[in-house]
Amino acid sequence: MIEANNILCVKGLKKSFGEREILKGIDFEVKKSDVVCIIGPSGSGKSTLIRCVNFLEEPTEGTIEYEGQEVHQAFKKLPLYRTKVGMVFQQFNLFNNMSVVENCMVGQVKVLHIDKEEARKTALQNLEYVGMAGYMNAKPSQLSGGQKQRVAIARALALKPEVLLMDEPTSALDPEMVGEVLTVMKKLADQGLTMVVVTHEMAFAKEVATKVIFIDQGVIAEQGTADDLFLHPQKQRTRDFLSRFNVLSHQNEEDK
Amino acid sequence: MATLPTTFFGWVHFLLLQYGEVLFKGACVTLLLAIVGTFIGCVIGLVVGIVETIPEDKDASFFSRALLKTEKRILDAYVEIFRGTPMIVQAMVVYYGAMSLFSIDMSPMFAGFFVVSINTGAYMAESMRGGIDSIDQGQKEAAIAIGMDHFQAMRCVILPQAVRNILPQIGNNLIINIKDTSVLNVISVTELYFASKSAAGVYYKYFEIFFITCIVYFIMTFTASRLLRWWEKRLDGPRDYQLVEYDPLADPCGIHPIATKKQ
Repeated sequence: MIEANNILCVKGLKKSFGEREILKGIDFEVKKSDVVCIIGPSGSGKSTLIRCVNFLEEPTEGTIEYEGQEVHQAFKKLPLYRTKVGMVFQQFNLFNNMSVVENCMVGQVKVLHIDKEEARKTALQNLEYVGMAGYMNAKPSQLSGGQKQRVAIARALALKPEVLLMDEPTSALDPEMVGEVLTVMKKLADQGLTMVVVTHEMAFAKEVATKVIFIDQGVIAEQGTADDLFLHPQKQRTRDFLSRFNVLSHQNEEDK
Repeated sequence: MATLPTTFFGWVHFLLLQYGEVLFKGACVTLLLAIVGTFIGCVIGLVVGIVETIPEDKDASFFSRALLKTEKRILDAYVEIFRGTPMIVQAMVVYYGAMSLFSIDMSPMFAGFFVVSINTGAYMAESMRGGIDSIDQGQKEAAIAIGMDHFQAMRCVILPQAVRNILPQIGNNLIINIKDTSVLNVISVTELYFASKSAAGVYYKYFEIFFITCIVYFIMTFTASRLLRWWEKRLDGPRDYQLVEYDPLADPCGIHPIATKKQ
């Protein structure tokens, strides 16, 4: 059955803040090893969507299923679900009172109750993976933006999540630091980690995504494979949006 | 009887020899009251600040929500009342009130600790609340996102940062308390002011005695403020930005060894 390898399934998701409806019914699924990129103009609800998937925002309506089961039924407590579905933030949000390695240990120790030595080992492996092991004793305030984001990724990976949610992981970075974070993300994708990435890095989406979702005004305007969406967008709205990014070749197609 | 000194400094010297020990004991009582009072006050403030910032849980039962709301109201009242009345009056009310209402005969010293603590607590509660509110919401979210609950997030992430941020306030309160415990002389706590007043009365040398007292107070507050400053600095660790080692991934010249090192 196709349903069986769905790791996440979002059904009829709606979210309102007061009177304002941000998400107006979103449906999509994420299969194992998928890299789903969510693109769209600012204010379209991308971030709200990814925050709802992690229940940082309580959805107003709709359900989210994890491996075929509604999240609240599959997990007794939301925190356990959150260890399976990691999150990386735009603003990194490293714990400022802890060193780099402590940032990667605290979740394992406090939430998964792994003993400190073991947690430290896992933390170091993940820091090694993102190229930050040499900074294990540094404080977040001593790191550059790109380095912070790589530590944030290591922190999320330390809990061995099944899915990694990323909310515009490179948007708060200086241009020269974007590359290092994307390199790490690409490496993760190559290794088959399931990811849902809200991003404005169209080149990354085009190269790495197995599915691209274009969100506009709280609904999914269009979704498909990276090639479908970038090379043959069906809707005018998608074309207009993509035309802002000159890295993409659909303009050439129009010219033909 | 020995001849009495004639100059100002002569008197200061004479009084120091005569009443140095009394003043020293008074200063010790003052310090003890201020330090213990500030410490207990901080604990009270911490607890009140934490309760005040518990978010309302929409899923919780009506009963636990009502309980939380009532608690917050009571704590609000405590903060307002003790911030809104002078400590000298509080001392009178507590000391004599306990005696006449509940026939508790507390020692002046105990009443002193009680009043200073509870007064500091009211101020610290507000500082603590501000300290907690000042921590970026993202810190809490990140803690929640790695699976912590509200209390774990508070204990491991928010409070350590909030407490660091309000350290100057704690220092402030300690200094204020060193000075303001002088009002406890109204319930005859033998702190520095009370000791000075008694000593001054013997030779009617108010200026000379209080000149000494003044210096003693200043030495105490100045030392306290320097010590706290030093402690803050130590907590912050080194400020300098240092590259621990060469970070090849961050090299903007485009070599990405991690990508080539793929297993």
